Amino acid sequence: MTLTDLALRFRGQPADVVDRVSLAVKSGEVLCVVGESGCGKSVTAMALMGLLPQQNTVISSGHLTVGHTDLDLTRESLPPSARGNRVAMIFQEPMTSLNPAFRIGNQICETIIRHTGTNSANARAHAKEMLQRVGIANPSQRLREYPHQLSGGMRQRVMIAMALANNPQVLIADEPTTALDVTIQAQILDLIRDLRDETGMSTIMITHDLGVVAEIADRVAVMYAGQVVEQGAVRDVFDNPQHPYTIGLMSAMPGLGLEGKRLAIIPGTVPTISNMPKGCRFRTRCAFATSTCQERPKLRKIAPHHDTACHFAPLEAHIEVSQ
Amino acid sequence: MMPDTILEAIDVTKHFGKDAGWPSRAPVVQAVDGVSLQVRRGETLAIVGESGCGKSTLARLLMRLLTPTSGEVLFDGRQISKSRGDELRALRRDMQFIFQDPFSSLNPRMTVARLVGEPLEIHAPDLSASDRRAKVAELLQQVGLRREHADRYPHEFSGGQRQRIGIARALASGPRLIIGDEPVSALDVSVQAQVINLLGDLSRDLGLTLVIIAHDLGVIRHMSDRVAVMYLGRIVEIGKTEDVFSDPKHPYTQALLAAIPSMNGPTADHAATVHGEMPSPSDPPPGCRFHTRCPHAQDLCKIQTPHLSAAQETSHQVACHFADALQRRIPPSNATQKSKTAEARFALYRAATEGGTIAHNTQQDQP
Repeated sequence: MTLTDLALRFRGQPADVVDRVSLAVKSGEVLCVVGESGCGKSVTAMALMGLLPQQNTVISSGHLTVGHTDLDLTRESLPPSARGNRVAMIFQEPMTSLNPAFRIGNQICETIIRHTGTNSANARAHAKEMLQRVGIANPSQRLREYPHQLSGGMRQRVMIAMALANNPQVLIADEPTTALDVTIQAQILDLIRDLRDETGMSTIMITHDLGVVAEIADRVAVMYAGQVVEQGAVRDVFDNPQHPYTIGLMSAMPGLGLEGKRLAIIPGTVPTISNMPKGCRFRTRCAFATSTCQERPKLRKIAPHHDTACHFAPLEAHIEVSQ
Repeated sequence: MMPDTILEAIDVTKHFGKDAGWPSRAPVVQAVDGVSLQVRRGETLAIVGESGCGKSTLARLLMRLLTPTSGEVLFDGRQISKSRGDELRALRRDMQFIFQDPFSSLNPRMTVARLVGEPLEIHAPDLSASDRRAKVAELLQQVGLRREHADRYPHEFSGGQRQRIGIARALASGPRLIIGDEPVSALDVSVQAQVINLLGDLSRDLGLTLVIIAHDLGVIRHMSDRVAVMYLGRIVEIGKTEDVFSDPKHPYTQALLAAIPSMNGPTADHAATVHGEMPSPSDPPPGCRFHTRCPHAQDLCKIQTPHLSAAQETSHQVACHFADALQRRIPPSNATQKSKTAEARFALYRAATEGGTIAHNTQQDQP
């Protein structure tokens, strides 16, 4: 799946919420999109799925390639026949994304029947098999239960089973573990990893947790205020971060062996869409910004698998700091 | 009771649904079961555990927002579990609470001046209006907000700023102890760091005692002096933060630490994580409550409840029958292995954000 140059704004807003974002994920690969709330990561995922309301979304550029299908996102979006079939999505809140009024079995079977047209007995057998695959004990009983009878981790497993029921080529997971406890999170991450190895699907995972990224991603894209500021192979980015935002984010993370020391911070807060700075959107919070930053930096190669969008990267070659 | 103890819980138990008579058939939820702990003056104690382990209930019991089913809570040596009226009001002055959600814990129809000034009206009624206003301005400055913010409403602030308002409000009565229930977990990483630094500064400058409830182990490791690990209503391990993190003795603590995603990529330590989920507190397993998920459980664990016992040094206690026999599992350090150049870059960033003078090298071609 390749997304090129997606630019998107909501009607009535003065700036793009997603500003020329390009992402690519190969088969069998996990790409993590990481960023804080409001950076446009979820909107990007929704745009990929074609789930944004058309009447108030303006897509001014963007091209999506899934397998052999090319889509010009300014005119069209992913057809419903591909949604939940070739491209599937898991949402953050397993509590609210399952319908409380229907049994688990009905909900899984619905996706299967909708896309394969099989009869309900076959669909049920397949649903049972899927529940088994995501590690749910006693699947035939679970199929008859309602979402409220399951725990959070169990519901997220059901969501994953539902998403994978039609063997998608691409799985988009929007914060799949954020609502879960760490021990359950570890189980779900293991599960996604195993299923990836088994099926060879591509995964795009949206998260704000750098630890989760390091744990599961092959490649990572760091987003800030609607722009990709840095991307590359996960080890390259984490061992050698280049963009001041990535460096700030990593410095601000507690528990990285800096106990007792004050955490380094990123001053200020994310700008709102109505007063988004021109050029590099991080410049209002960046200690190193100059007038050069009023011009938008392009993503450029720093290493073979590592791009960053900062005029001054690598920082140490361009900047000196004295106390 | 040791002289430096400010707050103490003795065998505190809270069961919900016990008093509900006919026709209620709801099962009794054993949220907190026989917890004893001491908070020392000036320290930061963290209580950690997964959702449903009873940590928020414990915080509310310590605060006397809830009355324990049995057991006692002592603040400064005084029994507070039954205090009411003036006594309770005095207690509220000494002990304050910071809530998790900065979006729903501030009244949207009150200005910041009224929000922060309200505790002053109650706890310092003699203060004149202008004095109160001056005090509010001082408090706002203390938490990193500006004087002119006083006339604005909560919706005009970002999440981090709202949490600062919440902190200013908690500080207004001049408390000696502040209990924070997940005070930073609703915030983004970059803003979270600002609030963590602020709480650290305040506790140092004002000599405050902090009790922090959290589920984020990174935050706890950074902020706290001591940590108590809870599982299903009971404390399973308590000790100095560095001891618990570097040498966890309870299998649950070991599992919890092994489950933190590591910045160094996929961990090989997945054998140490636990399977399954926490049983319901309305029907906890007998004996050691962790035995249903524990990889080391034996028959004894199903029958006999282990109590907190001193392991080696008296400050590190663990509630496990086989703590000494267990294989020691040293959790891997989560510090990233950075290259020399990356290390230099991080130092550069830190120096720049802490007010260093920045010189752009103009010899280099500007891109």
